[in-house]
Amino acid sequence: MSNTPDPMAEIRASFFIECEELLEALQDGLMQLDGGDGDAETINVVFRAVHSIKGGAGAFGLERLVRFAHGLETVLDEVRAGRMHPDSEALKTFFVAADHLSDLVRVSRDDTPLPENQTADLLTQLNRLLGEDAASIDPLDEVEEDIDFQPMGLSLDLDLGLPDIGIDIAPPQPARYTVQFRPAPELFETGNEPFLLLRTLDQMGDCHVACHLDGLPDLGDLNPETPYLGWTIDMTTEADDNEIASVFEFVDGLCSLTITRVDGDAVVLSAPDTAESGDAGNPALPILDPAPFPPLVQDPAAAPTPTDPPQRPDDGPAVDRSPPTGASAVNAPAKPASAAANSVVRVDLDRIERLVNLVGELVINQAMLSQSLETSGLSPHSDAMNGLEEFQRLTRDIQDSVMMIRAQPVKSLFQRMSRIVRESSAAVGKDVRLHTEGDATEVDKTVIERLADPLTHMIRNAVDHGLEPTEMRVAAGKPEQGRVRLTAAHKSGRVVIEVSDDGGGINRSRVLQIATEKGLVAPDASLSDADIDNLLFLPGFSTASVVSDLSGRGVGMDVVRTAIQALGGRISITSVPGEGTTFSISLPLTLAVLDGMVVQVADETLVLPLNVVVETLTLRHGDVEQVHPRLNVVRVREDFVPLFDLGEELGYRAGVKDYEGAVVLLITQDNGANAALVIDKIQDQRQVVIKGLDDSFYRAPGIAAATILGDGQIALILDPSDIIANATGPGGLSVPASINQETPPQITGLSL
Amino acid sequence: MTLHILAIDDSRTMRDMIRHTLVPAGFNVDLAEDGQHGIEVLSGIEPDAIITDINMPRLDGFGFIDAVRKIDKYRVTPILVLTTEAAPELKARARVAGATGWIVKPFDPEKLVKALLMVTG
Repeated sequence: MSNTPDPMAEIRASFFIECEELLEALQDGLMQLDGGDGDAETINVVFRAVHSIKGGAGAFGLERLVRFAHGLETVLDEVRAGRMHPDSEALKTFFVAADHLSDLVRVSRDDTPLPENQTADLLTQLNRLLGEDAASIDPLDEVEEDIDFQPMGLSLDLDLGLPDIGIDIAPPQPARYTVQFRPAPELFETGNEPFLLLRTLDQMGDCHVACHLDGLPDLGDLNPETPYLGWTIDMTTEADDNEIASVFEFVDGLCSLTITRVDGDAVVLSAPDTAESGDAGNPALPILDPAPFPPLVQDPAAAPTPTDPPQRPDDGPAVDRSPPTGASAVNAPAKPASAAANSVVRVDLDRIERLVNLVGELVINQAMLSQSLETSGLSPHSDAMNGLEEFQRLTRDIQDSVMMIRAQPVKSLFQRMSRIVRESSAAVGKDVRLHTEGDATEVDKTVIERLADPLTHMIRNAVDHGLEPTEMRVAAGKPEQGRVRLTAAHKSGRVVIEVSDDGGGINRSRVLQIATEKGLVAPDASLSDADIDNLLFLPGFSTASVVSDLSGRGVGMDVVRTAIQALGGRISITSVPGEGTTFSISLPLTLAVLDGMVVQVADETLVLPLNVVVETLTLRHGDVEQVHPRLNVVRVREDFVPLFDLGEELGYRAGVKDYEGAVVLLITQDNGANAALVIDKIQDQRQVVIKGLDDSFYRAPGIAAATILGDGQIALILDPSDIIANATGPGGLSVPASINQETPPQITGLSL
Repeated sequence: MTLHILAIDDSRTMRDMIRHTLVPAGFNVDLAEDGQHGIEVLSGIEPDAIITDINMPRLDGFGFIDAVRKIDKYRVTPILVLTTEAAPELKARARVAGATGWIVKPFDPEKLVKALLMVTG
């Protein structure tokens, strides 16, 4: 769209972007009102959001959007004015209306169909909220009203080309009018200027102006801001009385005005009659001394002097488009809108992607350069090395800044989820409230986009399976309204998103039974609670005995897990019977770079995310103890931490027999527990550019991605928590063998 | 003589449209996002006329007009209200605040230009 030469198309496109923002503000506001933590400004924000959508939609002739927005706006206006106090039912309607508004925006943008009866139904519902005596919004009347008030804009028109409203369609016949005009004091206060009005009249035809100086006081008493003068204009024009009256539209009620057609009927129009300020007429000014000319120059308000020639008088139907587009148009675009330079720039995501990629290349390049300088034997204090350091710092800053461009708050995602909750809870007949936290948490935009599907599924699951039916809740002494929480937070360099419900928790015996029936676990397997919970992630597992429309379409949590893993994330589950279930997703902040620790294991170079490395140790004699044949632990100060041999876990080599002198990384897992990984050597600590492993690779557990190091070598980036979760070595306790279907990865073939 | 216009609207779309209407017509346009911002912008420029929306955050159109009229050099600067509202009581309120004219959105670009030319002379 940015390439299209049509400015209107561009404005239109930007209108829809603005709509997204307004819809977000609308959602926010409604949530606040719903949560009871809104203030007086909240309803204003909500109102304005709808109002602005309506305004823009009107400009693009999006009739249906205008109509619906107007309906919603009318009701919101009642709330705003304090005449209506929305109960939870009303708020529910508002939410649904907001969803519909967002649908309408979408279909208007994409020009896709949407059943009309939805709009009508909702308008009826909204109308009902207004009650009987309040101003109702008839959807059809509304359209008319919108058209109705357009003529007010049109009435400014001095263009004779427009047919008049049924008065005189005969060819314009010059007629004589007498216009009597006497400004009231307020006329000046509104910035109107009699002279300009007279001049406009003059352009409409042949005018003779008589000025009435009768009210003029002595010079000493003269207040320059009080209008003392009145005028009688004798004009011959082809314009009709409506057009003449339209000249005075802005001063309607601020003057006494009569327009009389001399050769025809008597008084045609008298402005002050319609005016709201009745005193404006400025009544009894005796006409003593009519003067032949208006002493306009004395008037202080006549600031813009008529240096540019007035448009040619009485051009007939010709439209005076030309004067403004003339000479001045050339220089005008030179300085557009400087003062209001918007603090936001909208950029095509593709361009940012390109920038991100380029910066990635830059980082690799810089790493290569520094490596080759190091090997060239330059002194670390040489200019080149100092310069390189600076270069490194700058590269890093650029990278951070570029990443920040793509970071977005998860708010929009969460708002979509609140709609999912509304719709899915309505579908299964449960009363559910979504509670969100950490909306402002920023995550890479691409991550956010790819989270939508898995989150949707999880939310539906929570509503459908997580929360008990209302009767059961009541029986369990819980509030009828179920609660689903959606939270986001940054935790040690990752984003943790949690979906939790206050339902009955996972029915473990049932899960185990199903898993056994489906042959997913051996009948005699003894599984811990956590093991059973994790069965939910197995492919083809579905707990619902009755497959509901909502979430039971055979898409299980395994699909969610796969999607999360594809993002370099992990998902875990905790459940307390009777209290609810929590799914926790941990994601990398960005898919592009990583602060890594480069290590060597069995001559392979590997990268671990630096943020999981708590400390590094060199083992001494007696540090390692065998708890049982499959579990070694290492003593770290007062704690015992399970020990895993990375080389063995990855299948590079057999486990180390003697741990003395071995280098160990103490890492922290997603669940907060520590573990120790035996490696051969720590090589470096550096930022690496994440290169995703394409789908054609076998998805090896424990391998998150790959990177290119400074020397051009490819290294795998590990996901330590995943490695430990899938560990088979002496420490491999966390997953029972019976469900651990994935064999240790054969990654040697893939690494280079 | 290039006419200098300050247009205030909280909707980016509206601002874009106003600018798109006025700049090709030879006006010099400054934009502001709400009444408060409008006042701030005013301190750096001297527009020949002002266009303002009514429903805006921070400071609405009424408040803005009121504030502008209190600034000596803007006591008689033409101020056109450009809004979707058409209720007479709102118009009256705007007029009391000191609005020069009232134009209803969606506006016809030609009419807006004409109205501006008329009030500025």
